[in-house]
Amino acid sequence: MKRILAFLAILFMLHDQICAQQTFPVNGVADERSGYYAFTNATVVKDAQTTLQQAVVIIKKGKIIAAGTNIAVPEDAVVIDCKGRYIVPSFIDIYSDYGIPAPQRSAAPFNYSAPAQLTSNTKGAYGWNQAIKADVNGAAVFAADAIKAKSLRDIGFGTVLTHQKDGIARGTGAVVSLADIKENLTIIKEKASAHYSFNKGTSTQSYPGSLMGAIALLRQTYLDAQWYKSNPASEGVNLSLKAWNDLQSLPQIFEANDKWQDIRADRIGDEFGIQYIIKGGGNEYQRIQEIAKTKAVYILPVNYPEAMDIEDPDDAKRISLNDLKHWELAVTNPAAFERAGISFCLTPADLKDTKSFLTNVRKAIEAGLSETKALEALTKTPATLLGIYDKVGSIETGKIASFLIASGPVFDEKTTIYQNWVQGERYDVNNENWNDINAVYSLAVQSQDNTIKTFTLAVKNSKSAAVIDRDTLATKFSFNGKMVNISFPPEKKSKSTIQLTGTVSGNTWMGNGTNANGMPLLWNATFVKAAESKPDTAKKNTTSLLAKITYPFGSYGWDGLPSAHHILIKNATVWTSDDAGKLDNTDVLLKDGKIAQVGKNLSDASAIIIDGTGKHLTAGIIDEHSHIATASINEGAQSVTSEVRIGDNINPDDINIYRQLSGGVTTSHILHGSANTIGGQTQLIKLRWGADDEGLKFKGADPFIKFALGENVKRTTSAANNRFPDTRMGVEQVLTDAFQRAKDYENAIAKASAVKSPGKKGAASVSPWNTVRRDLELDALVEIMNKKRFITCHSYVQTEITYTMRVAEKFGFRVNTFTHILEGYKVADKLKAHGSNVSTFSDWWAYKTEVADAIAYNAAIMQKMGLNVCINSDDAEMARRLNQEAAKTVKYGGISEEDALKMVTINPAKALHINDKTGSIKAGKDADVVLWSDNPLSIYAKAEKTIVDGIIYFDSEKDLLMRSNIAAERNRIIQKMIGEKKSGTPTAPFKPSLQIVLGCGEHQHDGDSNHDDETAGQLEENATN
Amino acid sequence: MKKVSHSILLLLFFAITATAQDDIYPAPAYKGLLFITNGTVHTGTGQVLDNTTIQVNNGKIEKIGTNIPLPADHVKVFDAKGKHVYPGLILSDCDLGLREIANGVRGSNDYRELGELNPNIRSIVSYNTDSKIINTLKANGILLANITPQGSFISGSSSVVQLDAWNWEDAAYKTDNGIHVTFPSFLPQRGPRFSTGQQPPVDIEKQSLQKIDALKSFFSEAKSYLQENEHAQTNLKFAAVKGLFDKTQKLFIHADQVKQMLAAVDFVKEFGFAVVIVGGNESWQIAPLLKQHNIAVILGPEHALPATEDDDVDQPYKTPAALQKAGVLFALNDNTANTRFRNLSFNAGTAAAYGLTKEEALSAITLNAARILGIDDKTGSIEVGKDANIIVSEGDILDMKSSIVTYAFIQGRMVSLANKQTQLYERYMGKYGLK
Repeated sequence: MKRILAFLAILFMLHDQICAQQTFPVNGVADERSGYYAFTNATVVKDAQTTLQQAVVIIKKGKIIAAGTNIAVPEDAVVIDCKGRYIVPSFIDIYSDYGIPAPQRSAAPFNYSAPAQLTSNTKGAYGWNQAIKADVNGAAVFAADAIKAKSLRDIGFGTVLTHQKDGIARGTGAVVSLADIKENLTIIKEKASAHYSFNKGTSTQSYPGSLMGAIALLRQTYLDAQWYKSNPASEGVNLSLKAWNDLQSLPQIFEANDKWQDIRADRIGDEFGIQYIIKGGGNEYQRIQEIAKTKAVYILPVNYPEAMDIEDPDDAKRISLNDLKHWELAVTNPAAFERAGISFCLTPADLKDTKSFLTNVRKAIEAGLSETKALEALTKTPATLLGIYDKVGSIETGKIASFLIASGPVFDEKTTIYQNWVQGERYDVNNENWNDINAVYSLAVQSQDNTIKTFTLAVKNSKSAAVIDRDTLATKFSFNGKMVNISFPPEKKSKSTIQLTGTVSGNTWMGNGTNANGMPLLWNATFVKAAESKPDTAKKNTTSLLAKITYPFGSYGWDGLPSAHHILIKNATVWTSDDAGKLDNTDVLLKDGKIAQVGKNLSDASAIIIDGTGKHLTAGIIDEHSHIATASINEGAQSVTSEVRIGDNINPDDINIYRQLSGGVTTSHILHGSANTIGGQTQLIKLRWGADDEGLKFKGADPFIKFALGENVKRTTSAANNRFPDTRMGVEQVLTDAFQRAKDYENAIAKASAVKSPGKKGAASVSPWNTVRRDLELDALVEIMNKKRFITCHSYVQTEITYTMRVAEKFGFRVNTFTHILEGYKVADKLKAHGSNVSTFSDWWAYKTEVADAIAYNAAIMQKMGLNVCINSDDAEMARRLNQEAAKTVKYGGISEEDALKMVTINPAKALHINDKTGSIKAGKDADVVLWSDNPLSIYAKAEKTIVDGIIYFDSEKDLLMRSNIAAERNRIIQKMIGEKKSGTPTAPFKPSLQIVLGCGEHQHDGDSNHDDETAGQLEENATN
Repeated sequence: MKKVSHSILLLLFFAITATAQDDIYPAPAYKGLLFITNGTVHTGTGQVLDNTTIQVNNGKIEKIGTNIPLPADHVKVFDAKGKHVYPGLILSDCDLGLREIANGVRGSNDYRELGELNPNIRSIVSYNTDSKIINTLKANGILLANITPQGSFISGSSSVVQLDAWNWEDAAYKTDNGIHVTFPSFLPQRGPRFSTGQQPPVDIEKQSLQKIDALKSFFSEAKSYLQENEHAQTNLKFAAVKGLFDKTQKLFIHADQVKQMLAAVDFVKEFGFAVVIVGGNESWQIAPLLKQHNIAVILGPEHALPATEDDDVDQPYKTPAALQKAGVLFALNDNTANTRFRNLSFNAGTAAAYGLTKEEALSAITLNAARILGIDDKTGSIEVGKDANIIVSEGDILDMKSSIVTYAFIQGRMVSLANKQTQLYERYMGKYGLK
């Protein structure tokens, strides 16, 4: 290592002499050089589209001064004959942190049980959040790094965009060359880009603790920066916002690293009129149509997953089909972009070993990427994005002299890159192969007694050759461009060796050595004939079967997205959950996603007939309290986080969507967790398995928000809580304070809006946002007070239930729903008077202190008191059996079966204000129905068909078919993976696939500390996968 | 100071709630005859007897039949016509009476001792008969429970209690019936997410096998120790596992993964122990192998998500059917923290919906459980000579909409079905004037 450094230091010195700067004093004698070279007879790939044969490139002082076919070679230039060689523009890496000091990670993993860090640790006049590092200037923290530069040059790069990969806003990136000269000269563009991500990096501040928090922080910062332009006195100097504003005109690059994250990033951009360039994660091919809709240019890594060592079948079964398929298909990602017409760059970022870059690009080419597109993705596309195509990215007069000299087409497997010229400086890559030594030589070894023994020496390349006497002898060979070492045994089975060392000059090889007895000898070798080139029989069979892209990509996905058919269910027992009650032997016709008709003896020629004889049809189950299908659940870093939105991070790939369809669920209310008093905005979804996140959302529904009370928001499980509040008394004040602030905010907006533009009469009001800071947190609270957003409030004990109602009344609204509400039976009369809906567990209790008084009769008492009662899950497993949970109210409290079923159908629909659309079987409503094998309240009932919007999303018969398909497909890929190992491909150790099930944060398995951690983990997973 | 005031508040809290149940008493012993007449009797052995009467004498089942004459005077007769009669349900593995609040304050927890090798720890001595959970279980037909100490390796001995008692000595039904061991995981964990750089890979499989080897050494030494006539130095830990060698105790191995269960087989082969797997999430994958070694299984929660996203969506639901088919002796259990054990019969109901017959599912929470816990000589079925541990339900006890227990008898004593929840129900129905 030391030697390498020393060697590099010498190189550096040499180059430094060539490109000395004028302001720098010289220690010694001036040594100005012009770097005047002519590369002749070359195949010049000017750009991806244009290749010139027999061309000349002339460079001087680091610039290309001529390139073409009919160019006279100047006499005063050093001529380099490139006959048979290719000159290709050096690559540009648009996603590098070359020369940027690695941000120091905090030593310990973030610990949610530890006290919260509520403010930024950054000292100085910066903004409130430590993850907003807009002030970081990439060029200022950049320092050339000879070792890294070499590793990038060796894989073809000459120019990189480098920035500090730390934080949610990361400041500016600089374009620099990879020449080993003073940074003053390598910086090609000082501020070339601005960078963002969802990952707060080294920030130790608690907020944001979730993906949706990161999104909210970005949105709020855009607003704050806009507001800051008016120099608000109350803010003083805020260097973070100032820097943020300064870098808005640059290309904006967002590191998203995953198909859904890409889309989430793009949406933030859409909201603020910014088109991000998106750094993808390699799985975009799974949703390429959605990716195309972002209209973004992408930066794609080529870090495909390695084959895992899964010869142990017990290990193999723990790798998900999703991961198995991705292992097989990851190489197709760039080709998918090309086919979809999406512009992209390629980057070696994310590779464990940058040396594998060209190999991996080649794999992408084998999987369908065109070489033209590949070259463009490494030259013109990034150069154009960064506004430096006038300087780099092609071989044209006036551009920087950065190019590769290679033995053939740059992506060809057999091609060797000899040299990488950067800013007119030569850097050797595999220069030892510049002179082709692949030939047969006659090797003469002369002993001290002048006897000469002759061998045949067949050289393959710089690392491999064979010495042949009568037999082929086991030969060790190495050649570094000048020096050669050869060792071989005198006879085939001999254990001693003859060792030779020497030099190569053209076709003449010579040197000295020792014989098998250690006696000195001399040797020479002479060219006999060129190596026979074998016909290329190694064309790989690339037509092998590949995994299908399904929707979602993992198990139980659709081959193509489904569409609605007309369906007629005949002769079922229909539980309408409506005034019509329970109807025997009844038909239900579903058309165009709606319930068209309910009655006897219906017919429709266009409909698929389903025989419902002996079966029961109910409205689809609605889960008022769910945490499935989302990438993060809790933004618990502050007590009020009404700015965060579950809808920002819906995860359509969650297998629990399918599992719940198998239990008859059609609509789920996805809630923020219960880590804080005023949690995030909720998202109502329909379980349209296979749709993307927007496709899952329940359109036209009123917006809701999650509140929480009691032990979780007091962070009872944290031994050292320092986040206010720590008591139920404090929770009441958090509520009061939040709404008081919202009231004042609303008044301030009204006052500012009342100011008319000066001058004309009747002029429009000026925007209030010139004087009032737009606050996403308070916006949501104002909506609540104006009855445009509705609360579902996690609650347990009667004290907190009562005071929350009183706070709401004080501010003129009502709490729409109390969820969990296990002591609701104690204050059922008060709840009735206030006008809340209630949504509870059937029989949970004693899982923590505040539910010691929970009773299984709670739902029954509240129902008998006239409240609208729902039974909810808050649990991905139990949601599959909500019909059974409803049935428990028959057992505990004697509720009628029909009323019990309503607690999971029409009652939650009412609580969610969607009872005009779903929740009962009635003509005109959405065709959200379930066909059960038995009385739906019976434990023996199974959902046979679950229909959402007239589409059968779960079909028990099709499910059986899919199971066998999954098993077959798993087996095919596992065999292939094991085959890779057998064929010698290095494999990674086995690691089971992750299965993340998020919970609300109130019981043992998902105590808020646990799943907050999952949330953070999810972010990190996304960042690294 | 803050901490102190917390605990004072908590003490007050418990003091107040504790009063809620002080008027529910264990039933006094009942001498003489008692009849449960004309019910549909599910014996727990797979039989269903229509219109059948059970005669109980001094706490034991004396006769079962259709034409049992009722003496005219001074007998207790419970009419079960149109109702279903079952053996009392048995909870095979739980921390009832050791932990009142699942996620509660440390001061109220007595279910997990410190240390790795605690065979001498006995759950029975800490079993709190005044737990408010207990009476909610009787109301759902659960009359016996196996109380298990938890821990990271050998956690101690379990004991079976009957759920209508004044104190733990009174409750003991079979003490120290087994020694419990929790096996370490064989699965590699995902690395820490915020780690810096590469960490050397840990061979978790090897680590776990070493730990299990240490357990074997412990038993080998215990065996030698137990063969000594006299001990210069007494070793309570060795003494505590004596029953494993003479088979008066079973070795309960808590394990879910296939590899853990394969490792468990060694304890049958090398030591001749009677081994029971507790958990057995993946037991369906090796059911015939378990059968071959006479290893019984107490399954973990039925109502659980499949272990992997590719698994059949109903995998845990149909696991019992796979064990039944292979002839494995198994019990179903409910140790769910959120509902505190009371859905035992519905775990069986789900198993019946996914491949078991209803009577097989019933056996899994009655007779099979009794056999695994070593109490089948006394209970687990409605058979002559056994304790009269009997429940009467309005309908099918496996199906929640009809699972309404009206009578419960432990050793012939009719026990109260009232509990904190029914009392609060009555209290607030009264407050609101509801019926």
